[in-house]
Amino acid sequence: MAIEGIHLVEAASLLGAGLAMGLGAIGPGVGEGLVGAKACEAIGRNPAEAGLLTRTMLVGQAVSESTGIYSLVVALLLLFVV
Amino acid sequence: MGLGAIGAAVGEGIAASEANLALSRKPEMSGDIFKTMLVGQAIAESAAIFALVVAMILLFTSFPADSPLMISVLLAAGFSMGLGAIGSGIGSGLPAGEACTGMARQPGMSGQLTTNMLIGSAVCQTPSIFALVISFILLFSNFSGQPVSPTWAAILGAGFAAGFGAIGSGFGGGLVAQTSCEGMAREPSSAGTVTNMMLLGQAVTQTTAIYGLLVAFILLFKGFAPSDNIAAAMAPLGAGLCMGIGAIGPGIGEGATARSAVQWMARNKKATAELTRSMLVGQAVSESTGIYSLVVALILIFVI
Repeated sequence: MAIEGIHLVEAASLLGAGLAMGLGAIGPGVGEGLVGAKACEAIGRNPAEAGLLTRTMLVGQAVSESTGIYSLVVALLLLFVV
Repeated sequence: MGLGAIGAAVGEGIAASEANLALSRKPEMSGDIFKTMLVGQAIAESAAIFALVVAMILLFTSFPADSPLMISVLLAAGFSMGLGAIGSGIGSGLPAGEACTGMARQPGMSGQLTTNMLIGSAVCQTPSIFALVISFILLFSNFSGQPVSPTWAAILGAGFAAGFGAIGSGFGGGLVAQTSCEGMAREPSSAGTVTNMMLLGQAVTQTTAIYGLLVAFILLFKGFAPSDNIAAAMAPLGAGLCMGIGAIGPGIGEGATARSAVQWMARNKKATAELTRSMLVGQAVSESTGIYSLVVALILIFVI
């Protein structure tokens, strides 16, 4: 397999895109799950506040999602721009 | 062949350590509990046994040495099964331990607890069975007609997608089954709803492992055009790693959400509707990064 400079850059950016999105998905996935877990716990204790708790849960998860979206952006940049 | 042995060793080592972890979780009690513990351990062990089978096949079968593709086939089979056994091993250990605790708390429920534990553990095993399927397909398919250059990477990628992808779902499914055993023991009257909720939560938890399986199948059967460009090889490898590793987080996170929903449903049955709704919403958000990974993996396979 002939490996030239330009191919190496391309290869690295494709592999890098995969790793960026894959590794970047771990944290938000676990974090959002924990937020959801606590929200379920709180609703179980006090079902009357379900609306408020669901809202808080979604806001918290949205913030937690941001690093996942950064990873997605970086992966797409590596795929289509570099 | 040498590289194949590495895959087997990695798979075996990981599987053995998981079996030990699952063993250390068991509380020391007697009679019924001892029986349940053994049954539960047997299920937790099965993932390790899958890995052992694959390792034995890798070690004692004489594979045709004529194709360089065999190196990546053997490595990928070992990684797929070895990584795939981690989550299911830990995951199945959790409900087994909790069923023992619950039995001590509520001896009258031991029959239902055992049934529930078996159902929950069986669902935890599915990701490792996906990994086993991919390993067997890898070992017993004939890839010799395929071009060496991008195919080696696609095969490795398939192994990683199925193997890593199984970790999160196996573990997450175990978290759900654990609290459903706990809830059943605390509140025997809610046993039916708890089992249903557990299955619903586990089903969502399994989705990322299914994405991993899907990507693995695509990588194995798509048939890539021959290319000397190393970039053509990195795209399928990257796709496999992306989907596999990306499936870990959502799998664990969705499991944690369902775990707590099941736990609180058993304690507060009146809130079942609110809990189901917020569990599904929470899991859907948690799933999003898994879907991003799937999208990036599919772009890497089909667009690039």
